[in-house]
Amino acid sequence: MRTIVEKIWDAHQVRAETAAVPAMLYVDLHLIHEVTSPQAFAELRARALAVRRPERTLATMDHSTPTVQNPDGTPRYHDAATREQVETLQRNCAEFGIELHGFGSDYHGIVHVIGPELGATQPGMTIVCGDSHTATHGAFGALAFGIGTTEVGHVLATQSLLQRRPKTFAIHVDAELSEQVSAKDLILHIIGQIGVDGGTGHVLEFRGSAVRALDMEARMTLCNMSIEAGARAGLVAPDEVTFAWLRERPMAPRGAAFDAACLRWAALATDEGAHYDKEIRIDARKVKPTLTWGTNPAQVVAIDERVPAHEGNQRAEQALRYMRFQAGRTLVGERVDVVFIGSCTNSRLSDLRSAAEVLRGRRVAANVRMLVVPGSAMIKREAEALGLDQVFKLAGAEWREPGCSMCIAMNGDLVAPGQLAVSTSNRNFEGRQGPGARTVLASPRTAAACAVAGRIVDVTQLSMEAA
Amino acid sequence: MQTPTPALERSFTEFTSLLAHLPNAHVDTDQIIPARFLTTTQRAGLGKFCFNDWRYAADGSERADFVLHQPAFRGAGILLAGHNFGCGSSREHAPWALLDFGIRVVIATEIADIFRSNALKNGLLAIVVDAAAEAQLKQHVGQSLSIDLQACEIRGLASGAIAFTLDQFARECMLRGVDQLGYLLGESALIDAFEAQRAA
Repeated sequence: MRTIVEKIWDAHQVRAETAAVPAMLYVDLHLIHEVTSPQAFAELRARALAVRRPERTLATMDHSTPTVQNPDGTPRYHDAATREQVETLQRNCAEFGIELHGFGSDYHGIVHVIGPELGATQPGMTIVCGDSHTATHGAFGALAFGIGTTEVGHVLATQSLLQRRPKTFAIHVDAELSEQVSAKDLILHIIGQIGVDGGTGHVLEFRGSAVRALDMEARMTLCNMSIEAGARAGLVAPDEVTFAWLRERPMAPRGAAFDAACLRWAALATDEGAHYDKEIRIDARKVKPTLTWGTNPAQVVAIDERVPAHEGNQRAEQALRYMRFQAGRTLVGERVDVVFIGSCTNSRLSDLRSAAEVLRGRRVAANVRMLVVPGSAMIKREAEALGLDQVFKLAGAEWREPGCSMCIAMNGDLVAPGQLAVSTSNRNFEGRQGPGARTVLASPRTAAACAVAGRIVDVTQLSMEAA
Repeated sequence: MQTPTPALERSFTEFTSLLAHLPNAHVDTDQIIPARFLTTTQRAGLGKFCFNDWRYAADGSERADFVLHQPAFRGAGILLAGHNFGCGSSREHAPWALLDFGIRVVIATEIADIFRSNALKNGLLAIVVDAAAEAQLKQHVGQSLSIDLQACEIRGLASGAIAFTLDQFARECMLRGVDQLGYLLGESALIDAFEAQRAA
């Protein structure tokens, strides 16, 4: 009896671990981007090494890329350094024979958005990327985790990694989420329950009826933030929802090969009675719209809940000082300066749709700057075909080119010192969205509602008002 | 075919330095080096950005209230950090920045997985200790301690040496000053066999 993690692990061991040496784990898919790969390519060059499996390597640029263009449609770089970083990736991909979904590609976008879109992400795979949100691909029942740049070099050169077997942590989510409550609220709630280090050394497996009821995009949001609980990865066993999503994707198997793959993929699910190192049960009915009040993603409250008092807890007191919030009060009514809809957590079509539903026929408050950044060129096209871009623009929001943008604030999209941002991204660390920026993490629906109100509001209340 | 293995910049056997204390829990890698300094394509010279937003005021002046600016901690190479040090982003720029800043050893009751993995691959020794050992170390903040990686001991404490454990493979690589890529390349026949078996 094995968990899905053990099944995938066992199938990818080039050699099993011993006390002296970690396991050699084979990597099926290696995703690379411009920020964490240049030093790895430099290492390959210094040792005169080739990329072992270019066809198992997929590149895009997303972290430092501009989301604005020049009049001629070329990217308008923030500075010379970001341009140089992107051009370095272009040169490296050309030199080492790696396919690059760059500007102008139909599939350009955030690395964790385009992998699934292309069907490159498939159940049962091992997937790595020099990015901690790689667990996003776990939504498909893949074992997907973030690595450092040295390890990017290992995978480029050998398609393998030295890894210790992770522990397993089952997160059972029973019942179903209420309407207006999204996967983002659920994952913030879970991180609040288990803590910012609750998953250290473990792979989270999200299970239960509430998880089964989620569509693929919601499952990606859920798995995406596994690292925010310190977990090495997070995943959901594949099912019919997964297979339906993958069918006809450009890199997915076709015809009879697809049907055969579905049979293999269905067998990945954790066996009845398999042992987990840790388990927790969550009642989905109790999850409300959830936001962060502090400076790490475990410092959360439900929208109608008061920020807890943390007397003597230095970390919490520092967070409250930084955020300029007070214990004993809800966040409702706090004045908002910036709203960001985007990031590998919440930039997919369903995210944009749920934000647009709130914004349709409404205006972004005068005190708010709202940025909507689709996760990929494909999502941008789909959203525009549905007229969502018009909804955002008519409401007064900025509609941008795809990229990580204000989640990591490397490309010039940033929040000014002291400003409060309600953001659909994944990290509320001090300065994450710009020096001195104060970040409240929330769902797309909550973020859009806050944009309209110009302050933090309960989206379930706003929806009762006439649009 | 055994590919020659280049040495890490420095092998690590024994190291003696001052112990600095950064008590904050859950220090994320965005604090260790903010993302706006990741636009480089190099790994050298990142020490000047280490803890940038805690170290410097908006006008670029040093903040006297930053804990590592205490005179007793100047030049310290061993950092006793708070629980879950290095959480968040996988950026290897974090250990690169710490090393360039002068830190060779980080000790905490928990160290985030990716950061710890990155640190050990760069010759930054990341040691996890229990709360009792942490309490003893707190008694020696600002003093000189020795880390013996051969014996896996922290020495120089009034209460006697503290033993620690480290992944055997990571320890061996650090002691010998070799990196893991050379090892993986040396096992390429195994990778060939694995790929052939899957293709069959």
